[in-house]
Amino acid sequence: MIVLNREETSVSTNEEMKQEIRKIMKDKKLTYWQRTDALARYAEDLLDYPEGTPEEFYELTESREISDLHEGHGPWSARYILPDYEKFLKEGSSFLRLDPPKDLFEALNCLLIFYHNAHALDRFPVFLGRFDVLLEDFVKKEKREDAGKMLGWFLTSIDRTMSDSFVQANIGPEASVTGELILELLPKLQNITPNLSLRYDPDITPDDFAKKALDCALRCANPAFAYDRFYKERVGEDYGIASCYNGLLIGGGAFTLTRLRLGTISEHCKDSRDFFENRLPLCVDTQLKFMDAKINSIVNDRAFFESDWMVKEGFVHPDRFVGLFGLVGLCECVNNLMAKDGKSGRMGHDPEADRLGVKILEAIEKSVNEHYCPYSYKHRFVMHSQVGADDDEGNSAGTRIAYGDEPELYEHLKNCGLYHRFFPSGVGDIFPFDETAFRNLDALLDIFKGGFKVGVKYMSTYLGSGDLIRVTGYLMKRSEVEKLKNGEAVANDSAALVLGKSPERHMNEKKVRSFDV
Amino acid sequence: MYRAPVNKIIRSSIVDGPGNRTAVFFQSCNFNCRYCHNPETIHMCVHCGRCTESCPAGALRMAEGKVVWDKEKCVSCDTCIKVCPNDASPKITYMSAAQIWEEIEDDLPFIRGITVSGGECTLQRDTVVELFRLAKQNGLTTLLDSNGSYDFQNDLELLEVSDGVMLDVKADCEERHRWLTGQSISTVLFNLDYLAKMNKLEEVRTVCIPGALENEKTISKVAEILSPYLKEKDIRYKLIKYRHFGVREKYQDFRQPDEEYMEHLKELALEKGFRNIVII
Ligand code: SF4
Ligand code: SF4
Repeated sequence: MIVLNREETSVSTNEEMKQEIRKIMKDKKLTYWQRTDALARYAEDLLDYPEGTPEEFYELTESREISDLHEGHGPWSARYILPDYEKFLKEGSSFLRLDPPKDLFEALNCLLIFYHNAHALDRFPVFLGRFDVLLEDFVKKEKREDAGKMLGWFLTSIDRTMSDSFVQANIGPEASVTGELILELLPKLQNITPNLSLRYDPDITPDDFAKKALDCALRCANPAFAYDRFYKERVGEDYGIASCYNGLLIGGGAFTLTRLRLGTISEHCKDSRDFFENRLPLCVDTQLKFMDAKINSIVNDRAFFESDWMVKEGFVHPDRFVGLFGLVGLCECVNNLMAKDGKSGRMGHDPEADRLGVKILEAIEKSVNEHYCPYSYKHRFVMHSQVGADDDEGNSAGTRIAYGDEPELYEHLKNCGLYHRFFPSGVGDIFPFDETAFRNLDALLDIFKGGFKVGVKYMSTYLGSGDLIRVTGYLMKRSEVEKLKNGEAVANDSAALVLGKSPERHMNEKKVRSFDV
Repeated sequence: MYRAPVNKIIRSSIVDGPGNRTAVFFQSCNFNCRYCHNPETIHMCVHCGRCTESCPAGALRMAEGKVVWDKEKCVSCDTCIKVCPNDASPKITYMSAAQIWEEIEDDLPFIRGITVSGGECTLQRDTVVELFRLAKQNGLTTLLDSNGSYDFQNDLELLEVSDGVMLDVKADCEERHRWLTGQSISTVLFNLDYLAKMNKLEEVRTVCIPGALENEKTISKVAEILSPYLKEKDIRYKLIKYRHFGVREKYQDFRQPDEEYMEHLKELALEKGFRNIVII
């Protein structure tokens, strides 16, 4: 359905367009809104790519070395937006005709109204705020039971109206009544949305609260743990975790995310020398230029930053957005280049292979840091280890080790530690456990703490045999995937993603850890 | 340099003390419990060579009258253990405390302590002391999992480097204890009191078999001895369900307790003043 370049667009006749539109309208697997989205996307892709898109971009997209993640030819909004909900609850909004809320009931309704009117590149907001920071004062004024009931309906309302797994909320690092109530509610609700992160700092987050979070995660795949210190230091004190696991500024966000498919790039090289001297610089340079062109068009050629109500009322500031320089397939890249250099080592199992992995990221980081972009926050792009998409054959998610080839748990965590530091705007790995984990949550917490000690920045767990699981970077119900396979419509937009090869492999092949008992 | 016989090292154990720990299992025990779940850890190998003939992976051979195990070739099928007529194992690595520590050191970020078990760990007393010293220097907690036959009272050096002992109390009286383990109960019961007094009793453990053992009496006995301490100290009592798994064939006629029976024992322990009771 995606039309790649200008030539192809121009030969699309009227009749072909009509046929395509009818096809979308008749697609039984889609809900009404999903059809609407597909139609909008089709219309958008009739446009050319933004002015300034380098010629090489078309070739490297054709050869699958660069991927714009189906953002569309001419996005008319920033990709990730993190509205400043604290300001909203303090001041209200004239556009929404809302005064500042006076109690929990009002605060929750105000937020739901904001969410309904917010958006990102997708129809739904990718960031719902720090629930505890936003609500704790209100929650404390209610009886615990009443607050729990209201929060329960708030969460259910989010799940049923924002049916997209990339909707994310945060709690922590401090323990709070709000956080506790949410951790008690989530296992009962078994919702897919929102994706929840616990901003975790072993010096701030009490162990009991962290264990509650782990128990909750085993039961419903939420929350994931984000290493608070890292994001504070590298993104900013007022960071938020949005979408899958993206560390971005609250009151800002990211314009766009484009990805290198490193695994595929390595296939086009003779050896590692060719990779470092020729192919990698070409791909990095092309991606940087393409991102410049796209950001330029979003800032100067679209109405969003000029007229959107969130910008006008100061909930979002244009100068707090970045470009996300994404990548996938480091593992395949390393393994391919090792083989082409006549060596047998694999990433995660061989120190030399891992040294090569680090060298690749250092090379990319250097170019990205040297690149000046007038609109990006601090004039720099930020690196993002992307969770993968359905057309990523030959490329594992971000810097993750390929399914089935994961080393033992401690070695695996140490391996994450080598690579996570390059990605302040998003990276992470998932460590499903079996039932033995319930028997000693202290032990599971020790492992998470150990992970952060050796350099992991974001990690999560779930029960390997559960229905609600975390696939690549978002939550999914095995039962919904089954329905979709049988051709039924399901409310969650992201369920369709799971039909792709990578999530399918995740579900079937991701190593499930077990404790010796 | 002395090297202790190590049966195995588990890098992530959640049942041998609080949190995530490394557990070191030494070979050989001075008890011979009928219900032993790891009978291959009881005796030292006598190098009879029987197991070398049945290894499907060619990982065992005789050299200079001794059995040699090739760790790389071994496929962990446990055939050798099953055929050994001597309740031993050919898969033993002899290691000094420093060598054991070397294995553990890499895992430091992930563990909060180490536990030595067996076999009977106190038979390797010197190695344990040295290993625990290294562990303490690196901020780890140190626990012994012991059958209680060791004279702890006369080894303050060992107690000093140990945070606590997880003590097995297997029976209620001399006769039953001898029938079950082949050894006397008197040191065990003395240690129960002594370790509690010294603040070194991490937990008490009793394997429960309805019919074969007087489990109620054992619980009552333990409670009686610990009664002076139970008010101030929260001593954990672990009631372990007997399971057939691993037990030698000649002792397979023991009955596994059901949930109801275990709950009944827990009730009893509560009545007797325990507050922290774990059934596993
Ligand atoms: S477990 Fe024993 S029998 Fe089996 S391969 Fe290893 S050494 Fe051989
Ligand atoms: S392990 Fe058992 S069978 Fe093998 S040599 Fe030693 S005593 Fe004999």
